[in-house]
Amino acid sequence: MNAPARHRVAVTGLGVKSPAGRDLETFWSNLLKGRSTAGPIQRIDVSDLPIGFACEIPDWDPEAYLGYKEARRTDRVAQLGFAAAADALAAAGDPATDPARCGVVCGTGVGGLITQEEQERELFARGPSRVSPFLVPMMMANATAALVAMKLGWTGPNFCIATACTAGSHALGEASRLIRDGSADVVLTGGTEACLTPIALASFARMGALSTRSSEPERASRPFDPDRDGFVIGEGAGFLVLERLDRAEARGAHIWGEIAGYGRNADAYHVTAPSPGGVGAAACMELALADAGLEPSQVAHINAHGTSTPLNDLAEGEAVVKVFGEHGPPVTSIKGAVGHLIGAAGAVEAVAAFLSLRDGVVPPTVNHDRTDPELAIDVVAGAPRSVAPGPVVSNSFGFGGHNASLVLAPPA
Amino acid sequence: MDRQDVLDQIAEVAVEVLGVERELVTEDASFKDDLDADSLDLVEFVMAVEERFNLSIPEEKLEGIDTVGAAVSLVVDNAAAESAPAETGTAG
Repeated sequence: MNAPARHRVAVTGLGVKSPAGRDLETFWSNLLKGRSTAGPIQRIDVSDLPIGFACEIPDWDPEAYLGYKEARRTDRVAQLGFAAAADALAAAGDPATDPARCGVVCGTGVGGLITQEEQERELFARGPSRVSPFLVPMMMANATAALVAMKLGWTGPNFCIATACTAGSHALGEASRLIRDGSADVVLTGGTEACLTPIALASFARMGALSTRSSEPERASRPFDPDRDGFVIGEGAGFLVLERLDRAEARGAHIWGEIAGYGRNADAYHVTAPSPGGVGAAACMELALADAGLEPSQVAHINAHGTSTPLNDLAEGEAVVKVFGEHGPPVTSIKGAVGHLIGAAGAVEAVAAFLSLRDGVVPPTVNHDRTDPELAIDVVAGAPRSVAPGPVVSNSFGFGGHNASLVLAPPA
Repeated sequence: MDRQDVLDQIAEVAVEVLGVERELVTEDASFKDDLDADSLDLVEFVMAVEERFNLSIPEEKLEGIDTVGAAVSLVVDNAAAESAPAETGTAG
């Protein structure tokens, strides 16, 4: 038996729809400015909700991407995901390969929750005959992956990953494996989330997961700061075009860098709390580094999960110290700026990490006034910081104890 | 109920639900071939028609409703059946 192929995985296109911007450069310049995008939710009435602020995408017009009819039968989560995917592919140019060699892997936490809630209201108020025939195709978590394939005619591997807040990074990692093992030549991969709904806000609030800093929403998400009190929920999508490196080079594509390593494991500890001391997260980062063939000392910065919850940031900080030692590579979390995009977080953060690799600069962690004294980590705060070019570790950790770490490397 | 009035209202529903141009919505238009409506679109369309005319159209009556004209007839007949007892004296 021949040894299996191990193709290198190039990133040739990026797309983002986020509270900080719906195009790459707006998103990036806002991250570098270091401003929060949190504010009172506009799209729905939040007067009865315990928490009514979030990081929302304003003025979203899906018809520009999908047309009137398709936009109507597509939940906001897939609208955002498709748009980010379309932007990424447009930027990558034509990968010029057999559609059967082109795949899609998309992560999401909950799928079309907005539609699901609207239709449940119809069911309870007016009965089953008023439930839309589009409820299932709009709410199903795999809707975005299906939509991207249908619009592009891509018949290669196509699936959805729904591992809560880890879904985006899992999607990128599993997609990179499709390229690496020769299952596909091109994969559009990312994450998307649009769950700023009454049930999501109420239930995350009931868990005590959300920041209650309603008087100052723009100060609420403060990763690794001792005054953090929970995450700020956000909506958005990020997508990347992955290609076999040799093919991307042959067609003269712009190469942002590579997905050089991927680790994933489970805490097997508690449904919402991370394992004590961040042992699961630390093991996950070590798996990713080993996969990339790197020593911890070679990592230039860490794009942290950094949700701003007391428990996540403590466990992740401890895990970083376990793997990299005290005051190791600089750590940033863009969740201070854009909030927690749940199943989109890992993908949007990977987009940010590739922009960091392009410009040699790490965006500041918004609202990080000082570092939690429990944590011996070097958090980038206050202003962007220049870093030497080098691999980035990007982390995602989800409810359920799912962990994923990616190693994102600059172009060779 | 006046047939032209029903057609006009059904056309408005089709424009909104199926995203088609008004001119395409003629009595002869086929939902599938001319209005690009799949089976899910049709279920939603019928729900919107029921809402518009305050009708409940039994499932078995939807068989064979392939054209806009057939849908107009369905609404006209249903309206006639539902309003039959009260029809005298309210004509016009």
